[in-house]
Amino acid sequence: MTIGLYPGCSLKGSSREYTESVLAVAEACGIEIKEIHDWNCCGATAAHNLNKELSVALPARILSLAEAQEMTEVLVPCAACYSRLKVTKHELANRPELAKAVVEENNLGYKGTVEIINIIQFLDKYILPNLEGKIAKPFDHKVACYYGCLLVRPHSILQFDREEDPQTMDELMLKAGATPVDWAFKTECCGAGLSVSRTSSVGRLSGEIMKDAADRGAEAVIVACPMCHSNLDMRREAINDYLGEKLKMPVLYVSQVVGLAMGIERKKLGLQRHFIPVNIK
Amino acid sequence: MSTETGHVSTTGLQAEIQDGTGVTVNKCYQCGKCSAGCPLSEEMDFPPSFLMRMLQTGDPGLEEKVLRSFSIWVCLTCEMCYARCPMSIDIPQMMDYLRQKSLREKKVHPDAKKILAFHKSFLDSIKYSGRLYEIGLLVDYKARTLKIMQDMVLAPKMLLRGKLNIFPEMIRDRRGVASFFNKSNKKKS
Repeated sequence: MTIGLYPGCSLKGSSREYTESVLAVAEACGIEIKEIHDWNCCGATAAHNLNKELSVALPARILSLAEAQEMTEVLVPCAACYSRLKVTKHELANRPELAKAVVEENNLGYKGTVEIINIIQFLDKYILPNLEGKIAKPFDHKVACYYGCLLVRPHSILQFDREEDPQTMDELMLKAGATPVDWAFKTECCGAGLSVSRTSSVGRLSGEIMKDAADRGAEAVIVACPMCHSNLDMRREAINDYLGEKLKMPVLYVSQVVGLAMGIERKKLGLQRHFIPVNIK
Repeated sequence: MSTETGHVSTTGLQAEIQDGTGVTVNKCYQCGKCSAGCPLSEEMDFPPSFLMRMLQTGDPGLEEKVLRSFSIWVCLTCEMCYARCPMSIDIPQMMDYLRQKSLREKKVHPDAKKILAFHKSFLDSIKYSGRLYEIGLLVDYKARTLKIMQDMVLAPKMLLRGKLNIFPEMIRDRRGVASFFNKSNKKKS
């Protein structure tokens, strides 16, 4: 069984530990992952803010490459890329004029046959069935499952989990031995793309998220998006400035927690790369 | 002008939005859930429900204020407003449309210059190498904004943890990707 992978730019740079942990759990379960050859950036927030056609053309090229490389299912661990790819597939199927302008004029040969799955769906479908008897070290901690925006919104297109109080990551964490806490900021925005251009906004938004997680007794925040991770982990100084306290709670990717529960070596999961040390085991 | 339900719509910017995105501004009945849920409301000059009302009036002066607003640029497209709208109005789509029009007509709010600079630097990086080159993005952004010292502490920490690529990852078909930019730019002008 080979699954296509669209890593996206962050997972090759500032969030490479996310890729490392995804590949490590897949390998431990004998799942073969193949990166789409010659993939490009999905365009992210910048493209859809400034140029509609470009924001569809960039993901359309990615999906066309996956089709040409005979992939039927593509895993997109980054929630933002996942959203861009899903929205593009939806728009190309529902807006014939736009599809014509983008697909025909750029000679993309896009057919729309690739199934796009996010990290939770991947772990659920391919890793969990293999976990029986493989939970070597249950992740016995209280966790705040932070879904962020683009894993669940817009629901009309993604059709994944509930927009308010989603449950899929919580269920996954239960199976990894963790105890998800009830909290109020599961799908509040971390500040995402304003990280560089308006860091103070990120300090406030991410600060509120971290504070609620801490107040509910969580020992770690669990994420499924490299932007959420960068903001909650690398922007901790801005967060602590906003809160006026020193929060030391670590932020882990959902795949890192599953990896830890399977007993995979910490370094293989890239835990040493975090700004906030992951002192829990 | 007709909506998906065949109803007659109005003219002006809201009609243009309808044509360009299918979003019907007139459906809004001012419940305010978008403004209550919007994480950036308090940093905006006009919260989302205000923008909707301004557009509904069809007043050219208010439409101009919408296009020149800071709101449309500080909006993160987190999609919370759309999720909570009882009339399922796709406000984020409308925001994309307004940003692009504001940019085309050179009406970008002065306080949004840094946000716009970041987006432009981001797209330049993709146009050049096909993928985002994080160091290149930061250098380009600093050159655009003259914020030379910003994040100087962050970069070495990232390098130390192997979180930054020194060189850009260049894709093979860079020309193909760059051509997307040229095509969609030509249509705009």
